[in-house]
Amino acid sequence: MTAEVTAGTPGARPAGVDDGIWAALGTVRDPELDAPVTELGFVSGVAEDAEVVTVELRLPTYFCAPNFAYLMVADAYDAVAARAGSRAVVIRLLDHFASDEINAGVAGGRGFAGSFPGLADGELEQLRVTFQRKAHRACQEQVAARLLKDGWSVPDLAEATLADALPGDELDRLRRRRTELGLPSGQSAALLLQDDGSPIRQLDLPVQLRLAKTTRISIEGNSGLCRGLLSVRYGLPRPDGVDQVIAG
Amino acid sequence: MYSKDGNDYFIVDSHVHAWDATPANQANRYGEGFINCFYDYHRNLSPADKVWTLEEFHKQSEERIIKDLFTDGYVDRAIFQPTYLTDFYVNGFNTTEQDGQIAEKHPDKFIVNGSWDPRDGEAGLDKLTELAERWDLQGVKLYTAEWKGDSKGWKLTDPWSYRYLERCEELGIKNIHIHKGPTIYPLNRDAFDVADVDDVASAFPGLNFIVEHVGLPRLEDFCWIATQEPNVYGGLAVAMPFIHSRPKYFAQIIGELLYWIGEDRITFASDYAIWTPAWLIERFVDFGYPADLDEYPDLSVTVKKKILGLNAAKLYGIDVPAELRVPESADETTAVGSEPVSVA
Repeated sequence: MTAEVTAGTPGARPAGVDDGIWAALGTVRDPELDAPVTELGFVSGVAEDAEVVTVELRLPTYFCAPNFAYLMVADAYDAVAARAGSRAVVIRLLDHFASDEINAGVAGGRGFAGSFPGLADGELEQLRVTFQRKAHRACQEQVAARLLKDGWSVPDLAEATLADALPGDELDRLRRRRTELGLPSGQSAALLLQDDGSPIRQLDLPVQLRLAKTTRISIEGNSGLCRGLLSVRYGLPRPDGVDQVIAG
Repeated sequence: MYSKDGNDYFIVDSHVHAWDATPANQANRYGEGFINCFYDYHRNLSPADKVWTLEEFHKQSEERIIKDLFTDGYVDRAIFQPTYLTDFYVNGFNTTEQDGQIAEKHPDKFIVNGSWDPRDGEAGLDKLTELAERWDLQGVKLYTAEWKGDSKGWKLTDPWSYRYLERCEELGIKNIHIHKGPTIYPLNRDAFDVADVDDVASAFPGLNFIVEHVGLPRLEDFCWIATQEPNVYGGLAVAMPFIHSRPKYFAQIIGELLYWIGEDRITFASDYAIWTPAWLIERFVDFGYPADLDEYPDLSVTVKKKILGLNAAKLYGIDVPAELRVPESADETTAVGSEPVSVA
């Protein structure tokens, strides 16, 4: 998962972290920014002893949306627990308006609605899927944009399959998004799929591709904003490389 | 007015505040957290020589506001957008009354907007009527993430919200500014989703819905609904300062907006006092797309004049001197939103 983002937040990895735990945390993504929390600089500390693995997470603002914050804390708990053996796992979200509710809710296995009684009408799976779909559309568009630069026409893309795509990080990422969503990811799968897995019709292609591009710009822009906010909040080096991540 | 290279620009700053976030007015840790969050936005996106101390940022004097906006800031008319936050601040963060006190001393400089909250029910409707009469309201600013007691927010499609929008129509309040925040009821949904704007914009075609921060962090959702709803506008508060720190991203935002909704529905704002207008206006007038972004609609002097002031002047009936206007364009814009779009 280390190649997800080419320009990570400088100094994102705290000193002395075990490789296995770090790799586990690398599978945890900010659902909104579609990047691993390790690359984003959200992991501020990891402490291990014979009894317990403690991970501290931090976010760009005090008021980051509590639903996304909860997903990251819960995902971090699950990922680290799978590597922690018989040791206990404590995930501690720092400096957030809902830190107490989220930390206690995840530790107690209460779920989101149980952590915020009276304030939610369900769990977060639909929210997660909404953002996995956005990320998937943005990945598709990125891969398709390469083909257009190589001379493909927009109408022809309706017939393209993953076998036509250029091998590399972008295609690997697209395949991973497909797998998460239960969509076809083999060589013969259509390059451009709707959320329900059916191919995008040629008629809809121009506007769907265009909208996916806007989605990609939105995700990349938000990622840059959040990295910048994290850096000023915690006095980290400024993320100078962020603009280079944006592919035109 | 701002002048450069023989062109004169009429400036409307569509989103300014006169807030009080001093420690004495902070009711709890949330009030402290809220202003610190704003301050991080300020520090993150301002040029180094425009960064204030936290103390300066807590509250601005009337003299400073006038200087920053009008003496130094080229602004012809500024629109106060209140954000009450009475659960976070003892006397509120930025109320209509706070803004109005300053505006009354400078009647040719400010427009005062009000606010309402559907959770205030029947009593709030009466309050809105009073507020409209007292301040001659043409617009309101709504913050859907506002906390109130146990509630962490609301949606524009809540039944009481429709009652308030109906009252706005009756009172002649035609500009509805919408600011989405990180919380809402229910908390498990995406608080930044703008689907509720789509619904009310269809239900109230006589009202204008100005989505602040152009829907960020959901630019794509905003652009999509704005192509379908001709009465949906994009306010550039918070988007503007990217012009310094991340110019390519700024170019993409402007380019996307021009592509989807066109040059007539985008309005400039500094979001004062998070940022000051002078440098934003200077940079925007000088701004052009980077060479590798060649796919976007032209960012001409005429387009910049519309964005910097003429579009908002039209929404608020501000009289613009004849020499600062641009010829009325018929249907020259080629944006997607200028034509009906089929919804898949």
